Amino acid sequence: MSALLFWLFVAIMLLFGVMVVLHRNPVASALSMVVCFMALASLYVSLDAYFIGVIQVLVYAGAVMVLFLFIIMLMDIKAEARRRLNFPAVCGGSVVIILFIKILADVCYRFDGGNAKFPPIAQGPQGDVWHVGMVLFQQYNIALQVVGALILVASIGVVILSKRELK
Amino acid sequence: MVTLNDYLIASGLLFTIGFAGVLLRRNIIIIFMALELMLNAANLSLIGFSRYNVHNNLPDYNGQVLVFFIITVAAAEVTVGLAIIVALFRARQTTHVEDINTLKF
Repeated sequence: MSALLFWLFVAIMLLFGVMVVLHRNPVASALSMVVCFMALASLYVSLDAYFIGVIQVLVYAGAVMVLFLFIIMLMDIKAEARRRLNFPAVCGGSVVIILFIKILADVCYRFDGGNAKFPPIAQGPQGDVWHVGMVLFQQYNIALQVVGALILVASIGVVILSKRELK
Repeated sequence: MVTLNDYLIASGLLFTIGFAGVLLRRNIIIIFMALELMLNAANLSLIGFSRYNVHNNLPDYNGQVLVFFIITVAAAEVTVGLAIIVALFRARQTTHVEDINTLKF
């Protein structure tokens, strides 16, 4: 993938990520988040992770964000009124953010391997999904079933949470 | 030429945006969305390292499987979290974190 496309998608991702945080209207935030996740999926594709890119679009941009929009519209949330910012929280947060960016820059500066070209790969005739599936079902079969049980427990929990009568 | 460091920087900036969102916003749903942004930033760096770590001409698929599990667990987390938010909204008629301070010290 050319550097131009990479930076274009990174710019889209970061711009719409900022819009998620800055928009007063929750519906606009959720829709910006969909665009952000789409750009992120294209970055996954640029890293030859086609399966994860498709999953990102289907699960995040599709299911999860529709769920968010559904809840926002169900609760009929109005645009957030301007409130005074919590000053100590903002100060502490900015310090943490600046430290985090500094550590990140430090790590990237010293990590020589990170400046090398990505090694070439050859996935052969099977393709990406085949390889992911082999690893998933052979090495991580137990974990996959545990995750299935986790989703079952989560859906039962959601039903119980939403059916309970309020006193 | 795009290198691993570029992906790491993009992922770190996305994480920072999510963190700022958690700190600045007062609407619990927006805070939840910013948490999702942070999760996705971690996923991006995992995929980057998976592509970087090549064995036998193949990327390291353990990283991609880990991302798959993270996405699955995040989907479960979103359903439970939104159900809790709906229950909270039915009890209190608000989604502002400043109005929900029973447990605040």
